[in-house]
Amino acid sequence: MSKDETLGAALRRQGISRRGFLKFCAATASMMALPPAMVPAIAAALEKARRPSVIWLSFQECTGCTESLTRSHSPTVEGLIFDTISLDYHHTLQAAAGTAAEAAREAAMEENFGEYILVVDGSIPLGNPGFSTIAGISNQSMLLDTAKGAAAIISVGTCAAYGGIPHASPNPTGAVSVSDLIKDKPIINVPGCPPIPMVITGVLAHFLTFGAIPELDELGRPKAFYGKSIHDRCYRRPFYDKGLFAETFDDEGAKKGWCLYKLGCKGPTTYNACATTKWNEGTSFPIEAGHPCLGCSEPDFWDGGGFYKALSMPTEDIARTAVYAVGAGAAAGVALGAMSRAKKKRAEKAHKKVTIDDLEKGG
Amino acid sequence: MMVTETLQVEIGEDLTHNVQPLLHEIRHALVTLLDDGGSTVIDLRSLPLAPGEEQKLLDELGQGEVFARLQALGPSEIIETRYPGVWVVMHFNNDNEVIGKFIEVCDIPDLLRSQQEDIRQGLEQLQTQLA
Repeated sequence: MSKDETLGAALRRQGISRRGFLKFCAATASMMALPPAMVPAIAAALEKARRPSVIWLSFQECTGCTESLTRSHSPTVEGLIFDTISLDYHHTLQAAAGTAAEAAREAAMEENFGEYILVVDGSIPLGNPGFSTIAGISNQSMLLDTAKGAAAIISVGTCAAYGGIPHASPNPTGAVSVSDLIKDKPIINVPGCPPIPMVITGVLAHFLTFGAIPELDELGRPKAFYGKSIHDRCYRRPFYDKGLFAETFDDEGAKKGWCLYKLGCKGPTTYNACATTKWNEGTSFPIEAGHPCLGCSEPDFWDGGGFYKALSMPTEDIARTAVYAVGAGAAAGVALGAMSRAKKKRAEKAHKKVTIDDLEKGG
Repeated sequence: MMVTETLQVEIGEDLTHNVQPLLHEIRHALVTLLDDGGSTVIDLRSLPLAPGEEQKLLDELGQGEVFARLQALGPSEIIETRYPGVWVVMHFNNDNEVIGKFIEVCDIPDLLRSQQEDIRQGLEQLQTQLA
């Protein structure tokens, strides 16, 4: 597909019928969390969409975000969206390396200056430029240089969006997020460890469809995917409202699928689409598999006070709160959520630095 | 050899209580369809449903006279439920993984109609064959 060819023309060239295209648009609307009534508008816009240049930079990360996006082995809607972009630089996926790869990045920047989308995964170390380099270029220098000509930046994963695990206390590399360094470009944060692949491509599809960035919340996340808490959309919520909690991973409550709040679920303070979009082609999500939400799409989730510690512990009386929850329903949930956020802040402050020696002693 | 016991999670009846409201939403949509011909589409993947609840909804809707299977960018199934005008539309990719799940309340889902562009292309092919 050439850069001037529209998406509609490219799909027709591949032998995809109009009916197939409409199906693609219906699935794309669902992926973008847009109402089905918008399918005709999406079809009209995608028909004319041209292939944007995308430069993908990977810094201090585990490659889990790229794995999440490219995990599928068969053509999917995500795959088609991904095929529609011109991925001009991604050092994990591209065959070229070193000088040749950097030349490809510089050529894409020059050719599409002011129009390309910059995708970043991983945090940026400020402690020492040598902590993370690509072809001898420090992450900070590469980001600042590449951001200059970007139309928009998508920070994929919690590391790029908020610093993530590298930023966790004691933050040995001085890791920061993209938005800590770039102040003059629109930045879309797509946090998660990793983010749901459909959310990553949903943001790209939104940009392709509307030529603009989606509406964002105060943490820079697209509201379509991060507008509601996991808790609000969780199918186990009715148990929370009734004060029915699993106390251990194998007790009666766990077997009956009761609320995992007391086992440390961070659903009340975590905003993401896992409870509805789900994972693995919509099969399930962690809570459905019996594990509490870790809160991976929130800033500083790693320092939140323990994955298996209830948000309100140790001082709040869960049983009492649950009784109130039965009486007041959602309002109590909101109150507990606010209380939990305050607790989380206190837990962050109280968090002790752990050294390798401590870990060895503990083990 | 270590034997591990599989933990069976019991699924309660109507866990989210979303099945009944959805049926009412469909009822309202049918009234709108009869009154002014307006169609409604409900995206099932945008709603929190507990394991088993989606099947319960589909069981409630049942199956009517039409079952169509398309092959366009992977298979799709379009089923008229036992309530005429209420259709279940499911899209799959080539690996039969679900990529979209909708309830459409309309005379006939758009995807079942032949599309203008496809008709035009088909006509050209037929003309070429007859030339």
